This record gives sequence, C-alpha cells and structure tokens, in this order.
Amino acid sequence: MNQKVMQKRKWQSTLFLLIIIAVTYLSAVITNFNFVDGLAAFPAAIGWIISNLLITQESLERLPTILEKLNETVFMSIAATTTAAVISIFLGLMGSKTTSLNGILSVVARFIAAVSRNIPVVAWALILLLSFGQNSVTGYLALFVGTVGFLTRAFIESIDEASQSSVEALTATGATYFHIVNKAVIPQCLPQMISWILFMIETNIRSATLVGILTGTGIGYTFDMYYKSMNYNAVALVTFSIVIAVIIIELISNYIRKVIL
Amino acid sequence: MVERVCTFFWAYSSFYKWKGEAIMSLLQVVGLGKSYDTETKVLENVNFDIEAGEFVSIIGPSGAGKSTLLRCINRMVTISEGNVLFDGANVGTLGKKQLRRLRTNIGMVFQHYNLVPRLTVIENVLHGRFGYKTTLQGVLGRFTEQEKKRAFYLLQKLGIEEHAYKRCDQLSGGQQQRVGIARALIQDPKLVLCDEPIASLDPNASKVIMDHLKSITSELGITCMVNLHQVEVAQQYSDRIIGLNQGKVVFDGSNHQLTDDRINRIYGTQTRELITV
Ligand SMILES: Nc1ncnc2c1ncn2[C@@H]1O[C@H](COP(=O)(O)OP(=O)(O)OP(=O)(O)O)[C@@H](O)[C@H]1O
Ligand SMILES: [Mg+2]
Repeated sequence: MNQKVMQKRKWQSTLFLLIIIAVTYLSAVITNFNFVDGLAAFPAAIGWIISNLLITQESLERLPTILEKLNETVFMSIAATTTAAVISIFLGLMGSKTTSLNGILSVVARFIAAVSRNIPVVAWALILLLSFGQNSVTGYLALFVGTVGFLTRAFIESIDEASQSSVEALTATGATYFHIVNKAVIPQCLPQMISWILFMIETNIRSATLVGILTGTGIGYTFDMYYKSMNYNAVALVTFSIVIAVIIIELISNYIRKVIL
Repeated sequence: MVERVCTFFWAYSSFYKWKGEAIMSLLQVVGLGKSYDTETKVLENVNFDIEAGEFVSIIGPSGAGKSTLLRCINRMVTISEGNVLFDGANVGTLGKKQLRRLRTNIGMVFQHYNLVPRLTVIENVLHGRFGYKTTLQGVLGRFTEQEKKRAFYLLQKLGIEEHAYKRCDQLSGGQQQRVGIARALIQDPKLVLCDEPIASLDPNASKVIMDHLKSITSELGITCMVNLHQVEVAQQYSDRIIGLNQGKVVFDGSNHQLTDDRINRIYGTQTRELITV
C-alpha cells in the first residue's frame, strides 16, 4: 500500500461519491416521473431538476441546521478515526513481524484487522443497529470498527516496510523493546501513519453520511428526512454541503501531508 | 547422538580449560552449530578463538553462513549447538538482562547501514547508548553531556562532523556507513561485528570504510570481525582470515597462508572462476 495505491483509492472514493450523487439525482427523477415518460419528456425532466433540485432562497434558510448536523458528522468521523488509530497502533505493533512480542498476539491482531476490515462499514452499521439501536453510538462504532481494521493493516505494512533494518540494529546495541518502538519505529513510520489517518478521516466523512441514513444521526439523517418529505431543494443543499466539506477536508489533509512527508 | 555427546564433552572440557587459563581469548567459538529448520545445517561444528585486538576477516561464498556466524556471536539468532564464549560469558545461556549487557559490549555494522533514515545523524549515533539506559531514560532521550561530546568526537574522527544535524537519508552510502560505525563505537564495545560493510559501496567509499575499520583495531584496540565478499580486500586489511564453505571452517590462518589453491577450496573452483571472469 504505497502512495500510488492510496492516490488510486482516493480517486475511487471520489468517483464513488460522484456516482452516489448521480444516483441521488436519478432516483429523484424516477420517483416523480415514469421512466419512459421521463425519457420521452427529457426536457421536462431537466426542467424539473432545475426547478426542484436547485438551492433556493427558502432552502438556504435551513443552512444553519444543516451545518450543525454536518459539523456533528465531521467531528464524529474524526473522533472515530483518531480513537481507532490509537488502538490500531498497538494492533499494528503486535501484528508486524518486526515488532511483535509473540506469535499468538500477532495472529490475534491480524485476525481482528481482517475481520473488521472485510465487513463493509454499512454492514457493521446494520449489525450494530440490532444491538445498540438507532443512535449516534451505533454510527460511531460502525466507523470505529471499520477504521481499526483498515488502519491496523496499513500500520502493519508501514512498520514492516520502514523499520525492519533499524529494529535489527537497535536490538544489537542492547536497546529495550520500548527504546526501539519509541525511537526507531514510531519516528520512521509516523508521517506515513498520519497520512493514513488523514485518508481514513476523509473516507469516514463520506461513509458517515451513508451510516447516518441507517442510524438516523448526523447529516445522513437530515438528508433522509428532507428526501422523504420531498423537500428536494433542501436535499440538494445537503448534498452540496457534504461535497464542500469533503473537499475542504481533503485540501487540509493534502496540505498536512505535504508538510510532514 | 554419540557425536552430540562428544561435542558436548569437548565444549565442556574447553570451557573448563578456559576457566583455568590465566590469559583467555576474548571470543571462543566451540563446536558451534546452527540450523534454522530441521533439514539444513547452516553452521556445523565451527571452532575458533579470537584474541583481543585481532582484525579478522571472514570470507566464503554466498550462503556459506557468514552472516549467521556473526549473529550467533551477539545472539541475534539462537544458537542450536555448541558454545560461544565471549569475555567470560556463555552467550547461549544468558538471561535477558545479561544478554543486553553482552550486546552493549558488541557493536554491529551492517551492509545496508540499518539507520533510522528520517532521524538526524547525531540521533542515530546516540542510539548506540540505549544499551546503557533504562527504558525511561531512553524513551525520554536523556543523554549526558559526555555522551553527546563523545558522539561529536566520533563524527569528527570519521570526517562527517558537518553532517551531524542532517537527516540520514540525505547522506551518501559511504557517509551513512560511517554513521553506522560511529553508532557501534559509541557503545564502547570490545568487539565490532561487520556484516559486509562495503558490499553496497563504490571502491573509493569502500577504501574509506575499510581504513576506518582498520583504525578501530589499530588505534582503539577494539577487536573486529568483518564479513567480506572480496578476497583481495580481506588479504589487504586483515591479520587473519577465516574461510567458510557450507557452514564449515575450511581455512583459518594468516593472509600469507591463503594461497590460490586454498581460495579455490573456500569458494569451490567453479564459483571462483565465475566470480573472477
Ligand atoms: N532467518 C533465516 N531463516 C531461515 N534460513 C536462513 C535465515 N537466514 C539465513 N538462512 C539460510 O542460511 C544459509 C546461510 O545464510 P547466511 O546469510 O548466513 O549466508 P552468508 O554467508 O552471509 O551469505 P551472503 O554472502 O549471501 O550474505 C542460507 O542458506 C540461508 O538461506
Ligand atoms: Mg550475509
């Protein structure tokens, strides 16, 4: 998982977001018009889009509420990512061959990472919904669990790649495990780890919208509510503000990356 | 089985002998055997003594077990059979704390330098002091003035003082290897193990590094064991050469004794031809 793969992933997720937006528009069209009629009356459809999915003066009045919910979602994503990162550092150190303390812990760490990574966040949300109900804890946990899986895997690879040789050298000087982790492994891997954490924050803000629709929290809930009440102007505004938020976060994290790498 | 008992007995008796001796060798390798898996023996019944102040080269074809041999001495790999006795300690049986103390007495220099690339030269040099620190002191990065002075002194001796605050990944290979040597020397070691220290360097940088290693022994009196690929370099620099082939010592003597015929025996005639052609 190098920078190139990450760049590709980022593209993929941006593309994914665009597709979601496209689908949103499309389904908005479909729910109001017969599809064939819609095709036949394509100009009319466009006319509808222009008149309904435009951000109007009236929907702009809802902006404070929307921003508040957006804020909630953004901070929940950040909190889920950073807490997951702390756990992932430990799991990463245990899972990596160069820094693992013993074989059993290593297997356990890799197993946890594999399970939580290979179940999609949406599926986690649905599973957790059963036990925690419709609240923000469920959303937080769904993001948290998925992030632990991804970050642990990424950290294991960063550690393996970056520090095997210096771990050997420091072991040979008689350094203790904590010396080695603190003074060789972490300094060498930190920029890459931060880069992965930033990447996960971006990803999680995107996922949080979807998870929010399921768990009835944050901006996802707002989206769902306006959507169901057919307030399409507000739906457009919500979508637009999500896109803006994601772009801002991306710009910030790209800047941080540039500074630390 | 019989062989095992014999080896054990021999090891035991020489251990006993060594205890009784007034002047003991710095390092004694007695019946050393090493295997990573059950099938292949990487080292087999290796025996030699090294006196304090010697500069010894170890040569042999790729896969002969040179790196493994060095790593048995500071127990970076476990010892399967026989004994390694270093400065009064039986390396194979040391507890965790004693092993740490042993390692502080043995510096190690690597082919790929094994520095932390993102950290500065001086930070990397001071890493060599961790063996003497408690976990807390080390994690907090507490180094005494004396240690810092010594680090700068070593950098100056090695001619890279002006790079002290540069990140290691900005240095050339030869300069990085000198950082590696400084890190080993700041340990105040009795022995420095060098695993192909010049294999990644051009001839000029190689000469600089070999000269520095040689002066470790001649000026500081620190014993050196150097794994080398190039026979010519080994002959030029060392008092004594040990030849390994398939895990066995096939030559142990001075460089005058290392005739072409014997070189062929170490490398196996065909491989030797392949290398020189
Ligand atoms: N960690 C390990 N696990 C399993 N086998 C190993 C390990 N390290 C080395 N070996 C095997 O032990 C044998 C000797 O390896 P070693 O690295 O000691 O040789 P070497 O003489 O240093 O070779 P080179 O000149 O290529 O460095 C090789 O066959 C190698 O495959
Ligand atoms: Mg080797």
